[in-house]
Amino acid sequence: MTETFNGPLVRLVEVEKKLGRQKVLKGVNLEIRQGERMVIIGRSGGGKSVLLKHIIALMQPDSGEVWFRDHNLAGLTEEQLVPIRKETGMLFQNGALFDSLSVGENVAFPLREKGGISEAEIKAEVERALNIVDLPKQEHKWPSELSGGMRKRVALARAAIAKPALMLYDEPTSGLDPVVADSINKLMVRLGDELNMTSVIVTHDMVSAREVGDRIAMLHEGRIYCVDVPKVVLESEDPIVKRFVNGISDASDAVF
Amino acid sequence: MGARFLGMLQMGGQLVFLLWDVLRCLVRYPIRFNLLVKQIDFIGSKSVPVVIITGSFIGAVFAAQCEFQFRDLGMSSAVGPVVAIAMCRELGPVLCALMIAGRVGSAMAAELATMKITEQIDALRALAVYPTEYLIVPRFLAMLISMPILVGLAIICGVGAGYYVAVHVLEVPGVYYWNNTEKFTHDKDIWIGVVKGFFFGLIILLVGCNKGLQSSEGAEGVGLATTESVVDSFIIVLIANFFFTFLLNAIL
Repeated sequence: MTETFNGPLVRLVEVEKKLGRQKVLKGVNLEIRQGERMVIIGRSGGGKSVLLKHIIALMQPDSGEVWFRDHNLAGLTEEQLVPIRKETGMLFQNGALFDSLSVGENVAFPLREKGGISEAEIKAEVERALNIVDLPKQEHKWPSELSGGMRKRVALARAAIAKPALMLYDEPTSGLDPVVADSINKLMVRLGDELNMTSVIVTHDMVSAREVGDRIAMLHEGRIYCVDVPKVVLESEDPIVKRFVNGISDASDAVF
Repeated sequence: MGARFLGMLQMGGQLVFLLWDVLRCLVRYPIRFNLLVKQIDFIGSKSVPVVIITGSFIGAVFAAQCEFQFRDLGMSSAVGPVVAIAMCRELGPVLCALMIAGRVGSAMAAELATMKITEQIDALRALAVYPTEYLIVPRFLAMLISMPILVGLAIICGVGAGYYVAVHVLEVPGVYYWNNTEKFTHDKDIWIGVVKGFFFGLIILLVGCNKGLQSSEGAEGVGLATTESVVDSFIIVLIANFFFTFLLNAIL
């Protein structure tokens, strides 16, 4: 990869995507700079996860371009994407741990795939990673034995263990208690600061958005409605942004 | 009717594509031996009990029915070759395939469908692993190794059980029974069974994996993928069997 590439790490240009009959993304334009933590907020079912999956081409756009450094991912085959995905990590909404592997094997998976690392080193790395996510000595458990929050933390260890240049988080704090959510937020900040990881975080947890984000982008009706630093977005006077940030629904007063 | 035909055509295309993809991966990537061993254990070793039971009881009941009919003609000792040839050419491979489709094909469809809806397949892709190479290739190899062996086992059990029922229960003279069996059963009969087993294994694998990978979202999707994998493999195996019978008879 080009070390000297100075442009944005990720650049989406007029990305459109239809799922079934519904057009979920209607021309998304977004730039993610090297080293920043970009938070994407928006309504549930509004296409945030779909957008995230486009960034590492787990989904291909119907039209538009998805640039990672100086590669346009749109139209690449699964196998052409393999070297690019070696530089990225993704935390899935429910963890997506491999059921057939133990916790330790799950976390070790990216290192084993990378190759050239001794088993002793892998063991030490896994132990360290599980300590960081506050799940020491859980290597021998199976994913089915863990709670939802624990799975998510194991998945975070798995996604981050190979120190990717770009980390994607799909609702990292949803379904977690405030204390664990806070620890995940702090971890995301530390991964960004200490390892200089670029992060894209999809969430509708405003606390998390405020604490973690360098910039916040709001996805509204298939387009990026606004992008700015958290302070500006969260204190915006724009009615659409304000309603979302403060959680005011437009439901009618009628009851069943 | 038209939609159903299109659906069949689409599935045919998917199966061919999956096979092509697997063959490509076989050439391009090193084989993951740890996964292969795991799959041979699941597909092969763990199927041994059901295959022994299926083969034995089919052989036994077939020998008994033949003996009941042949007895009046005074041809009881002809039961041996009839059972042996039927087991080799048809009953062994077909019943073994049905058993494996029910036990292994459905499990593969369910597992892959579950992996799909819980985003585990996306997670593999995100971790820079090509899913066909990691998930399908080991199953493919394990199936093609296991299936001929399982068919052979079913044949041996069927012939053995047939012998036991005819000779020890129905009192057909053992020496004549066995002499006739050896005289009229040829290598060709065994080869037909084993080759059929190989191809049935391929069908079960492709249908099971394809149903899993193509499953729709939700718990309903997993259930549908599982049942459809069994029904479709049964139908394709039974129809293919008819054509294999003529083809293999001509070329072997």
